[in-house]
Amino acid sequence: MAEHTHHYTPTEVEEWYQFSPDSRRRLILGMLVGLGLLIVGAFLVSKGWGIGIEPVHEGVGGHAGGAHEGGEHHETAGWLKRVIANLWLNSVLFTGISVVGMFFVCIQYLSWAGWSSIIKRVPEAFPAFLPIMGIVMLALFFLFKHDLFHWTHEGLYDPQSAEFDPILNGKKEFLSQPFYIFRTVFYFAVWYGLWRMLRKTSIREDELGGAEHWYRMKNISRVFILVFAVTSSVCAWDWVMSIDSHWFSTMFGWYMFSSWHVTGVAVITLAILYLKDQGYLQNVNDSHLHDLGKWIFAFSIFWTYVWFSQFLLIYYANLPEEAIYFRERFTGYGGIYKAPFFINFFLCFVFPFLSLMTRDAKRAGVFMKVACWGVIIGHWFDFYQMIMPGAVGADASFGLIEIGSILLFASGFGFVVNSQLTKASLVPKNHPMLEEAFHHDI
Amino acid sequence: MDTSKKFLVGIYDDEDEVLLAVREVKKQGVKIHEVYTPFPIHGLDKAIGHPRTRIPVAAFLFGTLGLATMTAMTVWMMGYDWPIIVGGKDFIALPDFIPPMFEFTVLFTAFGMTFTFWITNGLWWGKKAVMFDLRSTDDKFVMAIDLSRNKLAQADITNVLKNSGAIEVNVKEIV
Repeated sequence: MAEHTHHYTPTEVEEWYQFSPDSRRRLILGMLVGLGLLIVGAFLVSKGWGIGIEPVHEGVGGHAGGAHEGGEHHETAGWLKRVIANLWLNSVLFTGISVVGMFFVCIQYLSWAGWSSIIKRVPEAFPAFLPIMGIVMLALFFLFKHDLFHWTHEGLYDPQSAEFDPILNGKKEFLSQPFYIFRTVFYFAVWYGLWRMLRKTSIREDELGGAEHWYRMKNISRVFILVFAVTSSVCAWDWVMSIDSHWFSTMFGWYMFSSWHVTGVAVITLAILYLKDQGYLQNVNDSHLHDLGKWIFAFSIFWTYVWFSQFLLIYYANLPEEAIYFRERFTGYGGIYKAPFFINFFLCFVFPFLSLMTRDAKRAGVFMKVACWGVIIGHWFDFYQMIMPGAVGADASFGLIEIGSILLFASGFGFVVNSQLTKASLVPKNHPMLEEAFHHDI
Repeated sequence: MDTSKKFLVGIYDDEDEVLLAVREVKKQGVKIHEVYTPFPIHGLDKAIGHPRTRIPVAAFLFGTLGLATMTAMTVWMMGYDWPIIVGGKDFIALPDFIPPMFEFTVLFTAFGMTFTFWITNGLWWGKKAVMFDLRSTDDKFVMAIDLSRNKLAQADITNVLKNSGAIEVNVKEIV
């Protein structure tokens, strides 16, 4: 191996990330500005001075079971529902991005991947955001469950009540609040717990070296993949599908997982590109980028496949209780969801499909950045049109509230991940397959 | 008419040596026809200077052709030639056609790429395999030099190959 051998010592490849005071300030400012925009936006909308597309109250096309039903509940103001739904949307999206960091690392261990050893510290930092998301989601549920979830109203399950709902009564074992809260706590506890185990082992590998850490992380990955196979589906029913309480889709678990997955990998890739721009991870070459690009390309198509399959089954069977979901999105509420629906399709399929098709595009940092941003924004719209019609209905719009809450969550996520990145060397110096990653060439 | 071509064949017994040798031989101004190895060597095609394959372009074109074919087929058959009401949908119900459109895109891409690969590599039935040295399927690395495409004299090239680490240099005529 005269030509190929690159002798390195672990201390040479060690890289410590500095979370500069500048970026720290910028991210805190981002959170404050986001919060400010959210409050200002909410205030303006509550006064009827909303900026953005005016909500249309007439011509409600269909309703798959939102909080409008059941007359005697006091009606929450539209602007407040919009704020709550936005916080929920971003919580679900950023929980997904965080947990996909763990999922990505686990796949690498299970598939004996060597190429990714050099970048694995980036996704490995993401799940540090999970506890915050868990607390936010539980708090939102406790405070505003009636605004988000129609099924939380007690009267629906009481045969004596005027608003008794036989359909929801049939699902009452699953849609019971204690069980729901238990499930949400369970997801976060198991995901975070397994991540802590993996992270600890990963850092111990840096200190001590030796292949036994690699095998231990592989075992943790096995457990996580098994757990995630079930929890990723069930949490999609809990957190998103149950907003449209009467409606269900057997594709939904996969649909939301595929959305999470491709968004997560796009965020991982962006993080790596920005770290490279700052002078870190210089051993990440265009072949690594090419692999990440293929990943995003492939899973954009996978998302489209699942998205379209869900649509086609419902369209073809044309059962009223299923078809109403798309009816709401195409023509409901004066057609306000038509634009997000097609923006979503364009940014999540057409754009990455065409822009990442060639080999050269996948190897060029600029192209990848643009494509990643497109995918991330596209999947925000994906969650928008999953959550908003059921939770907000005609009061949904796009304005300061939306921009503010995105900014708030994204800056918070950035802050936590940046802090986590400083806690270990960016290059796992004792990873047994590091040499392979240095010479990655495809 | 004599259609045979004369080749010089350098035999190497190490994959790193042959990779270094390729660079060295090229530096001496010798054009390399091809290098045959028992297993793929990273960076070898780049070192030889082979142009990048254009098979992705073929793939894209075949895929587009497949998509167009099935779009035309479904629209013509279901919409004009023999319209049938299925499930109360329109005659031309595009969502229904997307699965076959997708499948034809994949089918045309796969077959198109395979046949393009065979044709451009001259692999057809009854084709006699060109073997410069049988040991390239075992443990030796074989560099072939097309003498008709090189200006240097045969003896000079032989020296270049020897100096670059070839354990033997043979002459081979390929019909």
